[in-house]
Amino acid sequence: MLADRDSSLGPMKDLVLYLTDVAGPLRFAPYELVAMVAMLLFGAVVVFGFVLPVAGITSWLERRVWARIQSRVGPNRVGPQGFLQWLADGLKNLMKEDIIPSAADPWLFALAPYLVVIGFVATFAVVPFGDVLVIADLDIGILYITAVTGLVVVGVLMAGWASNNKWSLLGGIRSAAQIVSYEIPAGLSIFPVVLLTGTLSMQEIIRAQGWAPWHWFLFHDPFTFAAFFVFFVAALAEGNRTPFDLPEAESELVAGFCTEYSGMRYLLFFLAEWGNLYVIGAIVTTLFLGGWQVPPVTEHPVALAVFQLATFFAKAYFFVFVAMWVRATLPRVRVDQLMILCWKYMVPIALVNVVGTAIWMVVVPTSLGRVVAIAMTIGGAALVVIFFRRVRFHLRRARLGPADYYYSPFI
Amino acid sequence: MGAALFLLVAALTVVAALGVILHPNPVKSALFLVVTLFLLAAVFVLLEAHMIAALQIIVYAGAIMVLFLFVIMLLNLRNDDPERGRRRYVLRGLAWIGGVALAIELALLVRGASVGSAGSAPAGYGGAAAVARSLYTDFLLPFELTSILLLAAVVGAVVLAQKQRRPTLS
Amino acid sequence: MLDQYIGVVITFALGAVIVLGMVSGSMIFGARSTSRRAVKDEVFECGNPSSGPARGRFSVHFYLVAILFIVFDVEVVFMYPWAIVFRQLGVPGLIEMLTFVAILGFGLAYVWRRGALAWD
Repeated sequence: MLADRDSSLGPMKDLVLYLTDVAGPLRFAPYELVAMVAMLLFGAVVVFGFVLPVAGITSWLERRVWARIQSRVGPNRVGPQGFLQWLADGLKNLMKEDIIPSAADPWLFALAPYLVVIGFVATFAVVPFGDVLVIADLDIGILYITAVTGLVVVGVLMAGWASNNKWSLLGGIRSAAQIVSYEIPAGLSIFPVVLLTGTLSMQEIIRAQGWAPWHWFLFHDPFTFAAFFVFFVAALAEGNRTPFDLPEAESELVAGFCTEYSGMRYLLFFLAEWGNLYVIGAIVTTLFLGGWQVPPVTEHPVALAVFQLATFFAKAYFFVFVAMWVRATLPRVRVDQLMILCWKYMVPIALVNVVGTAIWMVVVPTSLGRVVAIAMTIGGAALVVIFFRRVRFHLRRARLGPADYYYSPFI
Repeated sequence: MGAALFLLVAALTVVAALGVILHPNPVKSALFLVVTLFLLAAVFVLLEAHMIAALQIIVYAGAIMVLFLFVIMLLNLRNDDPERGRRRYVLRGLAWIGGVALAIELALLVRGASVGSAGSAPAGYGGAAAVARSLYTDFLLPFELTSILLLAAVVGAVVLAQKQRRPTLS
Repeated sequence: MLDQYIGVVITFALGAVIVLGMVSGSMIFGARSTSRRAVKDEVFECGNPSSGPARGRFSVHFYLVAILFIVFDVEVVFMYPWAIVFRQLGVPGLIEMLTFVAILGFGLAYVWRRGALAWD
């Protein structure tokens, strides 16, 4: 199976070929073994060196960002600017007792965090960090992400049922209903991009775009533009984020499906939630914002890889920031509003986007399409300018004194 | 190596499937079904049918399992056998007859089939494009009829689950 | 082709390793209760003694949502292959899919008209 040496091993292929070459330092070792170890190392670097720190640091940054938005300070005691807060939280939870309530089903109760965490970590198998920096460039990439996210639903239902607690069961069922409902508009919003590229592979979708905004699918036509917003909102709802965090509505359900959880197992659900924010950002970046595409400034492979990695991270993390911003700003919606928003607004809009993009591809010639893309890019830039002018207008109207304008990123 | 892997996954699938029918608790039985469906997806991957593997997980392990779990939790089924008295024995007898008939059928099928190497699949086999080409040319009519079937499912669900609304005056 | 799935298996395994490592870490370093049947082992119900079974029945709306989800999920699944080869299919493919979407759109409209989408 592995004997096919032309097979893709991601970034490790050249290294493995070099190591096991007839003159390579590991020429005595079998190719399969070296390839396997290399893949394992790369996966471990991605998961432990990137996924876990990003999820942890996001938990600290989110509290700081909310605090700034709500004129508070936020965690600032542990380490410089409270940066080590996430490690302190982890250590604290490590010291806590792992309680499995006597009424709970012990096996399912213990198993549920595995499903939720695996469902989120496994998506990183296809998340591209750069042209060659991807663990597995599956040809069904985006479909794979949809599939493994299904594990989270099962994990949440399992946690809710196994806890044997009224809040947990209600929270778990609400959460599952919400996730599956919003999977429809999210899934439909992928289609405009799949129609344009004719592939499901994450890397091929990125390669079909360019570094310039007018080559992004976001500004390709009005339907992809709308699909982008539908997808982002649906993804937030799928990740149980405010304003859609009904399953964890503290005022109604204590802590939803994780009411009975404590210590490390409780932390793991939140690890998955924060890590999932980055996954949302990464998918949005891949589908609509050109992924790791960079202007052709360097030929050096390492420099290029670093540049692509930084570009992709900046774009994806911008959406993590937007999610924090939304959470700090908007109140929670009600259950009926949640369902109405999904089925009466987002599903029809998403269907129109799919059909609209297909008709657009048949009707609009390439030259006109290029003009539309540039016009839409200008329109998007104008929207950003108008937004900042509104912010300035409101700040002026508030007649703030010099002390109110005082702003430092470090407090 | 490939055959060994296939046999391992297939054996695990059968074990998980046995868990589905043997576990007394309906929720755990449904969760065993999730495991079975995931392993079945792994079997599809080993057979180079990647697209089908992903769709298998999305539709069965994702959508249909959620419905199963909802219904089990909705009805609040317990561990104990709801059927008592004579009906229970009648049902058991019927189940035995059906099971033995199925086993005989399977045995006949296996006897008639020749087991050997399936040969290598052509390039692109099981990929999305190959599935699409046959679905939208050769099987167009069944595909369009599927939408009617889905429509019937929606209407049926609404009629069953929704209370008839009284006409309001406003 | 198949070796790409090694990466998938590895990420699955690493996800399990994260949970296993963190949970066993908390078992080693964490506090341990000395008394069995402690109060903290009881069902949490905001401080009140737990009353009634936890697994009661709930609204049939959830069932309706699950059915709607399955129907539209199957629709989405049918659209994936179509979207991939749309460029080759061209206008006939568009008409095929418009028919399919129209029938399901009718289904959504029916559910909407019947008021099944209202959550009350």
